[in-house]
Amino acid sequence: MRPRQVALHAALTLGGLAMLFPFVWMLLTSFKGVRQMLNNPLDWLPDPWRWENYPDALGAMPFGAAYWNSFYIAALNVTLTLLTSAMAAYAFARIRFRGSGVLFLVFLATQMVPAQVTVVPLYLMLATFGWIDSHLSLIVPSIANPFAVFLLRQFIRAVPVELEEAARIDGAGRWRCFWNIVLPNIRPGLGALGIIAFLASWNAFFFPLIFLNSPELATVPLLLSQFSGQHTAVDYGLILAASAIAVVPTLIAFLIGQRKIINSMAASGLGGR
Amino acid sequence: MTVLTRARPRAVHQARPVRNRDGWWAAFFLAPQVAALLVFLAFPLGFAVVLAFMRWDGLGQKEWAGFDNFAAQLSDPEFGLAVWNTVKLALLTVPFGLGLALLIAVALNNVKGGGFYRVLYFLPVVTSSVAVALMWQIILAGNDYGVLNASLERWFGISAPDWLGDPGWVIVAIAVVTIWSSLGLNVVIFLAGLQTIPLQIVEAARMDGADSLRIFRSITLPLLSPTIFFSTVVAVISSFQAFDQIYVLVDPEDNEGAKTIVYQVYELGFKDFQFGMSSAAALILLVLTLLVTLVQFAAQKRLVHYDS
Repeated sequence: MRPRQVALHAALTLGGLAMLFPFVWMLLTSFKGVRQMLNNPLDWLPDPWRWENYPDALGAMPFGAAYWNSFYIAALNVTLTLLTSAMAAYAFARIRFRGSGVLFLVFLATQMVPAQVTVVPLYLMLATFGWIDSHLSLIVPSIANPFAVFLLRQFIRAVPVELEEAARIDGAGRWRCFWNIVLPNIRPGLGALGIIAFLASWNAFFFPLIFLNSPELATVPLLLSQFSGQHTAVDYGLILAASAIAVVPTLIAFLIGQRKIINSMAASGLGGR
Repeated sequence: MTVLTRARPRAVHQARPVRNRDGWWAAFFLAPQVAALLVFLAFPLGFAVVLAFMRWDGLGQKEWAGFDNFAAQLSDPEFGLAVWNTVKLALLTVPFGLGLALLIAVALNNVKGGGFYRVLYFLPVVTSSVAVALMWQIILAGNDYGVLNASLERWFGISAPDWLGDPGWVIVAIAVVTIWSSLGLNVVIFLAGLQTIPLQIVEAARMDGADSLRIFRSITLPLLSPTIFFSTVVAVISSFQAFDQIYVLVDPEDNEGAKTIVYQVYELGFKDFQFGMSSAAALILLVLTLLVTLVQFAAQKRLVHYDS
């Protein structure tokens, strides 16, 4: 039994190092200068350490604004997603109405449609609204989130119906049952979904790339890709310093809620995409 | 048949008038999500179908094109190349990615205190795809400062190809990055599936003298097959839709080996402003996705074991 455990741990550690390697490489390289990278790419440690890569990267493009953009867009996305999808999930889990089953299937089916199929019409539609090159294009359409409805429905079904029935006998209406009984009881689900929605919004690339033009409106991943496009050839230290800064908020969000995130992504099997 | 059965629910409905108000409540709770789905998903989908039959650059008159756009795409060698690259990417990422994830999940399931590894393997899943692509760009760079090629050269004397510049290798490089970034998600999904397998069955088999390999083949695999099936469907769909890593890792304008259907949709729509052509290409992608999914569901009947 013991040698087998040792072998398994060794194999898993080896694999884990392979997962970690690019991150470590990114971090170390983000402190290197151009000359060191060209002369000796196999040097692990920066020599000399170029700390100024970080302020230089931040100063080269409006990263401060991009941070703010990504942050408030993600915050709005999370709030709107949590509220509207919890409402829909409540209807599917607790209210008996005609067509409930069919409608739920339609919700699930819409997840199959690739974003690339709807992107051209969506672009044209948002253009007539005047929302192209505006953050509204990233906020309002992202309300539609069948995955979130599906996930929260699972959590609501696990809340004992008796709680709600007791409240209803005491005269509480549907809204009060939803707001005062169900929502507090699915807090873990809301927390996990909140972080998943935050990550999805923060990391989104395809829609920002198509819907935004002005550099000052760019989100972090969009600005990052434009930044690397401008510094194509060699200044990887600068590019990776910018990447490292971009990755930090997602890593913090993940480390705070890692158990919940991993479990709910595994349970739903869809990973929020 | 529908006419005959329709009478019944209505009778029930009249017997309990309370349900009437429930209908309004359901409508109220569902309204925001349903409205968003209709406006931002259902309508654009219908619009895409109409656009696919139009010739339109977004400025001039819309012109009816019939099946011209589809015919043009299907006979365009560039589109053929894009389909081939897309299929190649799926053939590389799905079996290797899921196989590797299964191995890791089984190992994690047999180890005590695997929570730390779970977090480690999951890190790339939550990392921005743009940042991931930039990291790998440096590792895979074919010139003098690509760390992978420099290592291969120095330690093994192998002169490796220019992964991102060589049209023959670029899909392999994209597949490696794709597998690396989605591995953690597949691992935790398999792990969740593995943990639902009742220990008694495994113990009973062990009592009967089955070795680990036999248990894996005769118990674990069949009982896990619904999860594997589901992950395969999802993995195929998401590999068909891969875009971010390709866009950042390589410019498919320079290396047509990296051109996939999704990139073709993007290029036709947002670089050439041929909205009809772009929608036609996107619909071909959708049909291809549905076809592959149907084939998978057909194969599932023979390969997937459902506990009844």
